Parts: sequence; C-alpha cells; structure tokens
Amino acid sequence: MLVNLISGDTPRSAVLTVLLLIVLVCLAGAPFLFPGVRSLETAATICIFILLVASYDLLLGYTGIVSFAHTMFFGLGAYGVALASIHIGRGWGALIVGSLSGAVAAAALALIIGLFSLRVRAIFFAMITLAVASAVAVLVSQLFNITGGEDGLTYLIPRELTPAFRMGELFGVRVNGRVLNYYLIFVACLALFLLLLRIVNSPFGRVLQAIRENDFRAEAIGYRVVWYRTAATCLSAAIAALAGALYAIWLRYVGPDTTLSFEIMLDILLMVVIGGMGTMYGAVLGAVIFVLAQNYLQNLMGVAAEATEALPILPLFLDPNRWLLWLGLLFILSVYFFPTGIVGRLRSGR
Amino acid sequence: MSAAPDHAPTMTRASFAHRLGQAAPYLLVPVLIVLGFLSIGSSSSWLTLTVSGLAMGMMIFVMASGLTLVFGLMDVINFGHGAFVSLGAFVGISVLLALTGWTTAPSLFLNLAAVLLAIAAAMVLTGLVGWGFERVIVRPVYGAHLKQILVTVGGLIVVEQLIHVIWGPDEIFLNRPETLKGAVTFAGAALEKYRILAVVLGLAIFVAMRLVLRRTKIGLIVRAGVQNGQMVESLGYRLRLVFIGVFVAGSALAGLGGVMWGLYQEVITAGMGERMMILVFIVVIIGGLGSVEGAFIGALLVGLLQNYIAFLAPKLALVSNIGLMAAILMWRPQGMMPVVKAK
Repeated sequence: MLVNLISGDTPRSAVLTVLLLIVLVCLAGAPFLFPGVRSLETAATICIFILLVASYDLLLGYTGIVSFAHTMFFGLGAYGVALASIHIGRGWGALIVGSLSGAVAAAALALIIGLFSLRVRAIFFAMITLAVASAVAVLVSQLFNITGGEDGLTYLIPRELTPAFRMGELFGVRVNGRVLNYYLIFVACLALFLLLLRIVNSPFGRVLQAIRENDFRAEAIGYRVVWYRTAATCLSAAIAALAGALYAIWLRYVGPDTTLSFEIMLDILLMVVIGGMGTMYGAVLGAVIFVLAQNYLQNLMGVAAEATEALPILPLFLDPNRWLLWLGLLFILSVYFFPTGIVGRLRSGR
Repeated sequence: MSAAPDHAPTMTRASFAHRLGQAAPYLLVPVLIVLGFLSIGSSSSWLTLTVSGLAMGMMIFVMASGLTLVFGLMDVINFGHGAFVSLGAFVGISVLLALTGWTTAPSLFLNLAAVLLAIAAAMVLTGLVGWGFERVIVRPVYGAHLKQILVTVGGLIVVEQLIHVIWGPDEIFLNRPETLKGAVTFAGAALEKYRILAVVLGLAIFVAMRLVLRRTKIGLIVRAGVQNGQMVESLGYRLRLVFIGVFVAGSALAGLGGVMWGLYQEVITAGMGERMMILVFIVVIIGGLGSVEGAFIGALLVGLLQNYIAFLAPKLALVSNIGLMAAILMWRPQGMMPVVKAK
C-alpha cells in the first residue's frame, strides 16, 4: 500500500530512503520537534519549495524543457489568493476561488506560451519564457492599483489559520492557528507531491521521458511531441500556481520580491540541479538543503569573513552577500560532474 | 528511336505576393517609421522619438549580433551573454572615470579619444573573458542544449557576483563626456548628441560586419559554417577555431554594447546585462536564430516600437515588445529571416 502511495517509484537506495524518511518525519512533526517561530517559518518554506521544485522538475528533468517562467506561475497563484481574499472578503471560499483561478490562469498562460514556442523548437521556449516572465514582473510592479506595485498586498485569511486562534496545548507546545496553517500546507504539499509522482510514473510520464531522451524517435513512434510537451507545461504551471497559493496563505502577504523575482527562478534551478534532475526525490533534497543553506549559510559566511578579516581580498569573497557566487560555482560544477545530482549519486553508489 | 522532347522550361516571374513576402522584413522598419509619424502627428517629437528609437535599436543590435552568430555557427545558446554586457560596461566606465581630465575638457577630440579608449579596453577585456568562458564553460557541453542553458546561466551568476566583488555592490552613476552632453536642434526637434553618436557607431558596426561576412574569406567560411558545418569541415577548415573567433568577437561586441548602454543610461549595475538579455533574446528570436540581418531589423523594430509606444500609451510600453514578438511569431514561426540549414 505504501509502495502504491508513491506510485511504485521507490527511492532505490538505502541512504536516500533514510534521508527522505528523516525529512518526512521532521516536516510532519516540525511544530513539535522544533518549536519556535523561525523554525516553523523554515519548515513551511521547505514544504512549499519542495512542491514548487518538484513541479519544475516535471518540466526540466522529465520533459527536458527549460523554462524561466516558473516564478510567474508561482506568482499567479499567490496573487490569485491575495486578490480573491481582498475582493471576496476574508473566508475559506476566497482561498479556494483564488487558488483555483490562479491555477487555471497559469495553465491557460502556459498553453498560450507553449503553443507559440514549443511547436517550433524547444529552445525558443527558454528565451520566450524569460521575456514573458520579466514583462509580467514589470507589469505587476507597475499596475499598483490592482497589485499594490512594489509594496505588494496584505490581506486577511480565515481566523482559524492565524496565531490569534488558540486551541490549547499539546506536548508542551501551544497549538494555535499558525500550527493549523502549517498542517494545511504540509498536507496539501504532500498530496500534490504524491500526485506529481503518480503523473511521472504513469504512461504519460513515460512518454515525457521518451521525448526527453529523443524527441525525433518519440514522434516517429507516433506520439504527438508538441501535445505532450504543452500538456506537461500546463500541468507544471498549474501545480506551481497552487504552490504559490499555499505560499500566499502562509505569508499573508504577496509582493514581487517574494513571488516573481528572477532570483527565485535561479534558486529553483539550483535546487533542481543540486538535488537531481529527473527524480522527484531530488526536489525534496535540493529544496531542503537550499532553504537551510539560505537561512543558515549566510551566518556561517559572516563568521568566516570576520575570521579572515586580516587577510587581503579573501573577506570580499566570503561576504555574506556573496553567497550566490559560491552557489553559482556549485551549480556549474554539479551540472558537469553530477548531472544526476545527489539522488543520482546515492543511487549509483549503493 | 524518337528524339528527346524539346527542353522548354517555363519561367514564370515570381508573383507579386511572393516577392512582397521576401522583401517584407526589410520593409517593416520604414513602414513602422511612417506609421509612427501618422499616429504621433507632430513632426518634431516624431523625429526625436525616431532618433532615440534607432539609437536604442543599434545598441541592442550590437549586443545581439554575437549571440545570434554563435548560435548559427555552433548551435550554442549562451544565456551568459548578458554577463559580457555588464562586464564591458564596468570596465569601460572605470576607464572613463580614470580619464576624468579628458572627459571634462570641452574638446570633442579629447572626449572621443576617452570614449574610444574606454571602448577598446572594454572590448579587449570582454573578448579575453569570452575566450575563457568558451574554454571553461561552453566547451564541455557542446550538443546538449539543456546543459548549455543551465551552465551558461551559472556562468552569468558567477560573473555578476564577481563584478560585485570587484566593483562593490552599488550602482555607479556617471556623466557623459562634456561635448556629448545636451542636444542639437534640427527642424524644431531636439536630438540628443549622444544618441546620434550611438546611431552612427551602430550603423558603422553593422556595415563593417556585413562587409566582413560578405566580402572576406573568413566571412565566407562563417556563413558556410552556419549553413552546413560538416561540409565546411570536410573541406579542410577547422571550424572550431573559427567558432572560437566568433565567440570572442561576439563577447567583445557585447562589451562594446555595454559601454554604449552605460553611457546612454548614465548609470550601470551588475544586473544590467541580465535585463538587456531579455530585449536581446526577443530581437534574436524575431530576427530568426542565426541571422545577423534579421537581428538588425529586429533590433530596430524593438527600439522604435518601444519609443513610439512609450510616447503614445506609456502603460502599454512594457508589453509592446512581447506583443511584437507574438505578432511576428504568428506570421513567421521561425522568425523573420530564418537561416536555411542544409541538413
């Protein structure tokens, strides 16, 4: 039954299984294992990014398409929830309407972009998504009447999901709406992640992998490559939008920096590649490592910069703001030497 | 045995529609300029907008030309091209700032000498970095588009961060050289001097590039390599060396574009190349990947349209480029002047 739940796609490595179980247990028990506002914040971010990165992996790792518009879809979901909460009013209905309309809008936009670019060459897609995503990001910051511009939007979510809603104590931890909110996100992310596993292990997913390996041959066998590529794009866009909706529910704020910026797009790329392309589990490891590094590596680099203060030049490279430099180098090296990422390494080294 | 039938080929002239289709990309720029005139109405503001549109188009073309040739020749798509734009701008502007004595003197000769020195320094350095970039980053991933995109994006991040390390995290403001400030008045329209210089410089580069590509042996090899690389190699030319040359030249041109854009905006940031890449990609796509002429026309269209729309309907200026791209891809899915590959 457990194997059925993960669609028969077992981790195929003892170390990987242990790591995944640790991640699952830590995330499932986060409010009780690591009490505190900041760690709960980190855990929720990890959940959402696992889902976001997994949906990107469907595109990059399984279908072999590079998209730079994934944050745009992520943002569409987030702004969907924000706008619905503002215009419909505080309530569960607004969250559902906002999430679903964000997902539908993302899928529709993905369909249009896909029809424009995927029918010619897959490489057009990378460039066109980059252009469209940047145009949307600029548009969102310009249309401040609707989107709040650079400041973004704040809105109210149902009271049951806010810290003001108290439910007593459990295992010595005060359970409030924030914890409930966390579990809503955890369960939704888990369910959607299992859905993604189901998709990539279905016959449809097999065709996607065939296209990734050799699109010409896939076409010759009789699969409509364009159709499959476009369908994968729409699916991944819709799930990214749902991840964005969850992020908006968690943060109770949306803004261009938190949902639409190109930096987040780069983060997603790094997570997929470091974790391992073409393995849904790579998304889990990549997101966990990256979010932890983002939250804690910068502190470490600050310490290192102070320690080397006396030396010339070196502190400049160790400045906490330069952490992207090191991740960029890691990214290049991992594309060269570990194209299958951590998961691929673990599986081959068993 | 009967005689062979007479050879009587029928030569019909290409129909008007067919010839119009072939000439259409060349006609688009004049048509757009005329349309701009009709919708703007006032000839002086039209002239100002046209010159600034052309200047912007020329600068985008300078950045895009290397990218499109590299793609045509070796099927390499370099997402790190924007890094050369930023790097060129920082190097060039540093030279200009070091030559403050020359740039503040009210002498056209000294000012131009400073600008040319800055351009030369920027081109040499970005050319060298481009050479290293090709060796270290691009060479191991030939033939794999997916890896190329990922690795060159990684290269873009690293170069951008290195710029932060060397020049600090803040943007740098600068003043144009003394005699390039201000505007000249022509037919009632104020034309910024620097924009005229940018148009002249861009046009000179385009003409020089066309001459090299059409009239020299190396140009012949490059064009032949774009059409059918294997055949050129089997004729005994080492296309790899040619490709490295084109890559270096393309990087140097991107650096030149960076200096020009920095002087145009009067502020430079490490992220400027990344932002320019978006326009560059639009230009390269609508021109047809691998086509220099296509990129030239595409760049002029983007520059002109953006300036006209910014005047007529400022809100729409942001989406005008995307709209242009969508329209052209609907008309010709491969871009305006797709490169014919013999395969």
